[in-house]
Amino acid sequence: MESVEIYSKLNNVFHDVFDDDEIVVHPNLTADDVDGWDSLRHVRLLLTVEQTFGVKFSASEAIKLNNVGDLANLVQSKIKS
Amino acid sequence: MQTSSSNVLRSDQRGSLYWLPQPPPDFIQRCRSVLNSSEGIGDRINAIASYDLNENHLNRIANVLAKTREAKYALEPLIPFRLAILSNSTTDFIAPALIASAARHGIALECVRSGYGQVVQEALSPTSAIYSQQPDAVLIALDYRGYPLATSVGDVDAAKATVTAALDHLQIIREGIRTHGKAICIVQNLCSPVEQLVGNLDRITPGTFRSLVDEINQGIARSIAGTHDLLFDVTALSENVGLAEWHSPAQWNMAKLPFSSTYLPLYAEHVARLIATLRGKSRRCLILDLDNTVWGGVIGDDGLEGIQLAQGDAIGEAFLSVQRYALELRKRGILLAVSSKNYDEVARAPFRKHPEMLLREEHITVFQANWNDKAANIKAISEELSLGLDAMVLLDDNPIERDMVRQLLPQVAVPELPADPAYYVQTLSAGGYFEAVTFSDEDARRPALYQDNARRVTLQKQAGNVDSYLASLRMVITFQPFDAAGRARITQLINKSNQFNLTTRRYTEADVAALERDPNSFTLQVRLADTLGDNGMISVVICRLAGEDVWEIDTWLMSCRVLGRHVESAVLQELLNHAKQHSIRKFAGRYIPTQRNRLVEAHYEKLGFVPAGREFDGTAFWELDVALAQVIAPPMEVRRQGFEEATPIISH
Repeated sequence: MESVEIYSKLNNVFHDVFDDDEIVVHPNLTADDVDGWDSLRHVRLLLTVEQTFGVKFSASEAIKLNNVGDLANLVQSKIKS
Repeated sequence: MQTSSSNVLRSDQRGSLYWLPQPPPDFIQRCRSVLNSSEGIGDRINAIASYDLNENHLNRIANVLAKTREAKYALEPLIPFRLAILSNSTTDFIAPALIASAARHGIALECVRSGYGQVVQEALSPTSAIYSQQPDAVLIALDYRGYPLATSVGDVDAAKATVTAALDHLQIIREGIRTHGKAICIVQNLCSPVEQLVGNLDRITPGTFRSLVDEINQGIARSIAGTHDLLFDVTALSENVGLAEWHSPAQWNMAKLPFSSTYLPLYAEHVARLIATLRGKSRRCLILDLDNTVWGGVIGDDGLEGIQLAQGDAIGEAFLSVQRYALELRKRGILLAVSSKNYDEVARAPFRKHPEMLLREEHITVFQANWNDKAANIKAISEELSLGLDAMVLLDDNPIERDMVRQLLPQVAVPELPADPAYYVQTLSAGGYFEAVTFSDEDARRPALYQDNARRVTLQKQAGNVDSYLASLRMVITFQPFDAAGRARITQLINKSNQFNLTTRRYTEADVAALERDPNSFTLQVRLADTLGDNGMISVVICRLAGEDVWEIDTWLMSCRVLGRHVESAVLQELLNHAKQHSIRKFAGRYIPTQRNRLVEAHYEKLGFVPAGREFDGTAFWELDVALAQVIAPPMEVRRQGFEEATPIISH
């Protein structure tokens, strides 16, 4: 899957999870930039990303994520393998 | 073979509420527009909640409900209900899913949550949040990790002590709730963890997870029977899903989710059903369509010998199991009714004469077989039985009928059905329409109390605005002359249509091919599509030049699936268009009666033809003067392909 396509799907996921269609995802986006991105919403986000792309994240992968760029890269590596 | 499609169907169903229709493309806009007006908010929320929604959809609806409450808008006709949740796991995700799912069942739910891991403290302290909010019910959502559950493989005494301790634990919580308020308890039973210790022997070895969970579940069931408290059978839910699917160790570790979040919509739906049933919402009558729902095939076209209903035939077996399940439901007190587009005596024939039929007229309380729309018939059934529309469930294989009834009578439950009839029973059962919180002998006897079995009731009025419903379907009708691509389907329709068939003339594929090139014939193959999908080819017409300027209508047939949608008048308009192009002055039609085509006896009369004689065998002749024919605009978009002449395009 192209990186553009991953970001476009992630954009929809963010709109859904945060119920906010104004969000524009980009690689440097972090929890500090989005209203309501607390630990529970983070779980909801990861679960929705898993469902959307049909992938599974391990706990060790999940804790290494620092921003949306990391998340997109992780998704891409899962889809390839 | 059916096997592969069945497998696809099953994996598609994973975690989904597959008996509900898919959410519309404008779901998000519809959520936003709920608050546009303070009138009818409850109904709008109920409507958008009534789809196969995922967790994020449910969260949106819960947010809308929260905003409605902030603005202090009325939520009628939703019935208020306050539920406290005691759980040993994270309930942050469960609460919004429950709130939205309850709206689907007509309940305006508020949730009060306990602190994480404080189940017993909250239950025993009179000052805890769950009591100050005076909940109507408390959901005790403990999973196996919330009980003192120590394994002791093979040690009978230790196992007994563990079971007793677990049941005591639950008892203390329930007694606390009973002491401090009026709430009833909804008690969740346990799903065994997947891990085995001895293997197959686990089930019969005391002190293993399987054995402990089995014993505790039996103890929970015993402790609830005969009380006002309710059992929430999560064990059954997880069995239906599959334990390995149900549990997600990763999600438990990450966020203390008690089961895989994939199944949250399903879990919430089941809790919502219990709450709705507590508030008196339950369905009492199953209305059955007949053709391709209760038997395979179309009785009016295929006849008694042609319908599929035999033991040993995979398709026949599927329909027999629908009948068997309907009879089981009747035994437990659900009334059965019939609503079918058919002639009454034709529809009743299998009930009376087919040797394989399990359903008989005596099982059917109201039997509506006629050509009126189903919404009107369902309304008549509901009035006749003095049961509300919200007590009705319609089982119908035809997506248009389902959609139309949902639009015109939103209170009626209409499950989506998969393509394979083998899954009809599973789908009807999964819909959970007949949930009950109590069951008495009287319930079981109810169907027998209704006298005059299989009675027919007269329709008083139309149930709603059918025309505006048809307009909302955005039908697109496509006309083409016969061609090689359509040949097989045209031949099939010519040889199998019996009911909507004016002359019942059969032709071979070679005959049809010859018509494609015959300069003295004019042919139409007609397709119909709408917002619900493509119906494919649904009508065929053959005109033959008779004399200089007359088209004799040799064949006019239509699939009964598109009855009542003005397709006939659209076809006539198209014929008139082409007649003018070909300088045709007159149409000559004939109706040749058979045992099965009485449906179209008045076809030409309805379309404005005038009588032109009748033969001793009942064949009736009709004529239409092209210049005098009324030009009307049927409620659909018209498309044309493959005509040589320059047809003026009339768009509507």
